[in-house]
Amino acid sequence: MAEVTPLIRDELLPPRGPERRHLISITDLAKDDVERLLALARTFSASLEREVKKLPALKGRTVVNMFFESSTRTSSSFELAAKRLSADVMSIKATGSAVDKGESLKDTALTIGAYDPDVIVLRHPHIGAPHVIANATTAHVVNAGDGTHQHPTQALLDLYTIDEELGGIAGLHVAIVGDVLHSRVARSDIQALVLMGARVTVVGPPPLIPRGIESMGCEVSYDIETIKHADVVYVLRMQKERMLEGANYVPSLREYTARWGVTPERLRPGQKVMHPGPMNRGVEIDPVVADAADALIERQVRSGLVVRMAVLYDLLTHGPVEVKVAEIEEVA
Amino acid sequence: MEMLFGGNGRSDDLSYEGVRVVDPTEGIDEILNLTVEAGVITKIEPGSGGNGRVVAPAFVDPHVHLRTPGREDEEDISSGTKAAAAGGYCAILAMPNTEPAVDSAAVLGALVERAKDEAEIPVGFLAAISKGQEGAELTEMVDLAERGAAGFTDDGRPVASPGLLRRALQYHAVTGRRIAVHCEEAALSRGGQVHEGLVSAELGFGGYPSVAESVMVGRDLMLAAYENQPIHLLHLSARESVDELRSARSAGVQASGEVTPHHLCLTDEVVRSLDPNVKMNPPLRAEEDRQALLEALKDGTIEAIATDHAPHARYEKDVPFEEAPFGVTGLETAFSVLYTRLVEPGTLSLAALIDRMSAGPARIYGLERPRIAVGARANLVVLDLERTWRVEESGFRSRSPNSWLLGQTLKGKVVETVANGKLAYSA
Repeated sequence: MAEVTPLIRDELLPPRGPERRHLISITDLAKDDVERLLALARTFSASLEREVKKLPALKGRTVVNMFFESSTRTSSSFELAAKRLSADVMSIKATGSAVDKGESLKDTALTIGAYDPDVIVLRHPHIGAPHVIANATTAHVVNAGDGTHQHPTQALLDLYTIDEELGGIAGLHVAIVGDVLHSRVARSDIQALVLMGARVTVVGPPPLIPRGIESMGCEVSYDIETIKHADVVYVLRMQKERMLEGANYVPSLREYTARWGVTPERLRPGQKVMHPGPMNRGVEIDPVVADAADALIERQVRSGLVVRMAVLYDLLTHGPVEVKVAEIEEVA
Repeated sequence: MEMLFGGNGRSDDLSYEGVRVVDPTEGIDEILNLTVEAGVITKIEPGSGGNGRVVAPAFVDPHVHLRTPGREDEEDISSGTKAAAAGGYCAILAMPNTEPAVDSAAVLGALVERAKDEAEIPVGFLAAISKGQEGAELTEMVDLAERGAAGFTDDGRPVASPGLLRRALQYHAVTGRRIAVHCEEAALSRGGQVHEGLVSAELGFGGYPSVAESVMVGRDLMLAAYENQPIHLLHLSARESVDELRSARSAGVQASGEVTPHHLCLTDEVVRSLDPNVKMNPPLRAEEDRQALLEALKDGTIEAIATDHAPHARYEKDVPFEEAPFGVTGLETAFSVLYTRLVEPGTLSLAALIDRMSAGPARIYGLERPRIAVGARANLVVLDLERTWRVEESGFRSRSPNSWLLGQTLKGKVVETVANGKLAYSA
């Protein structure tokens, strides 16, 4: 067989110069980037212990939150993170905006872009939406979830939570359980955990585990008993709204829960349990597990605030982390 | 019976001195002088020197979406045939998935009349297999064939019902016009955005698996074998489909296949860019699929290269990948990209490329083969194999800019096209 012509990859990559960094996917980050962001988040966490929680770090900067899909924790967390850093914050939702009138994402982006925002945080139901914003505006783009693709700040806050609770990430075994197929959280988490040296096993019924997911560096198991071997059990939400009618991913929620629900009996004492929310109590997670002391679910929400502060701050500043930490301590 | 319309109006006198003439079917590859008088090749004489240019039979594109009637903002007969002329084509076949679909003699007749006025090069029209391409009722195939339909297809969609496809194949015995099928089992491709494989797993896309194509290829070949009628498989993308086609042909089934330049050059790896201009149906697949397509093209299992030129308005493609329509343009870049990516590196011979872009597709649909012979109507393409050029939106004659090659530099360029005796394009 003749020589294979090299594939064109670089030529097709979206414009993402070092001058204008975005956080669209975990694959945008190297290990030191993650370490730097987690260190920054720890610094912010300490600053939040003070009586006055607001820092002037991003005073005069504008952060626009564009949420075109429902969200409680991500939107509130980005809004508060920007406010804690003294940025001006604007929030746009699909309902009640020109999106209702059929305006395209690009036109909405051009409209918002006319205000020269520094950062646009985007939640959108479709893969590739952050690229449209990045191409149409001069803002740094933070992906707060695009369809079933990526949710990078969720993965960073999960790393932060695990690191805080277990004193490190490398060498840990994390089992990710449930609807992996429709989960942007699972994809970002697998990449982030593997990047930081953890071992990851995805567990669920075969139709909900994408073919070829092993290429991301994780293991696959269809047996719920596997989760007993993990240090952390990460439970995914059953995304009924993303499932095509008649696709028969699961014959019934009852059978799913019976076979793959995370119950106290399927865990061993001391295992940490996480969930990105919102939970379907009694479906993928037993309420007893959700409320147990080993559940880190509220910790994840708190981590979200400091991690998103770190992401916003990092995107809008440059230089090594030591300098930044000193700056923050000075202004605080 | 006439199957190509328009593009006439002039018969030119032309001469080419000391050019490399390549016509694989005629067994020609030498330096010659060529004379065309009143649109007919009148002299072929030994020449000398060679000016670096190649003269070959012009190309035939068996799969073009002219978007007419209905979406003339994306392409019309004039812009589409001008784009084709610039790509070296002397004839193209347009698909019937328009608004309305080409499913009646009235719609077809109107198109034929428009083509006579507007087409830069001859154009043929495939008609729909089912009314409205809805897969329920057969169109009046005999009537449509008499009015000049070049073939029948529900392209854009599969013929979901095996019963309906069987009837269409049975009518082939009367019409003699090729049945062409878009092979896709919708129950397996539903919600699919890109090839189901490592890239879709990683990016989170709904998968459109290879087997969604190959099960339909298998079914359609079996029906063609049973009815003992020919069948043409549109835009093949998967290794398993190629295997099915190869074994059916060796078993004597009158089956043909086509492949697009993008499936020959790209794999699903490029989907990582999330550029909507690499979103097409069937989707770009894995490297092993691409290799299988190349092999089949080389050994003749796949006889034709088809662009599946699918223009889309800019605003329709300027959306998140997941919302974007399927399809890319290809008429103006097909030869250059295949020369650059396949012939230059030695993967495919120039003669094979010319054969699959010209004689192959003409044979499938029973069109007159463009050929370099004394007495033949001049259907010629002049190629400058040394010339490099950059693909830019401003250079397109097509009304739509959705090329996957924008910004790229290609080697080898069409510099002149003669279609049915008329100089239709000159760079």
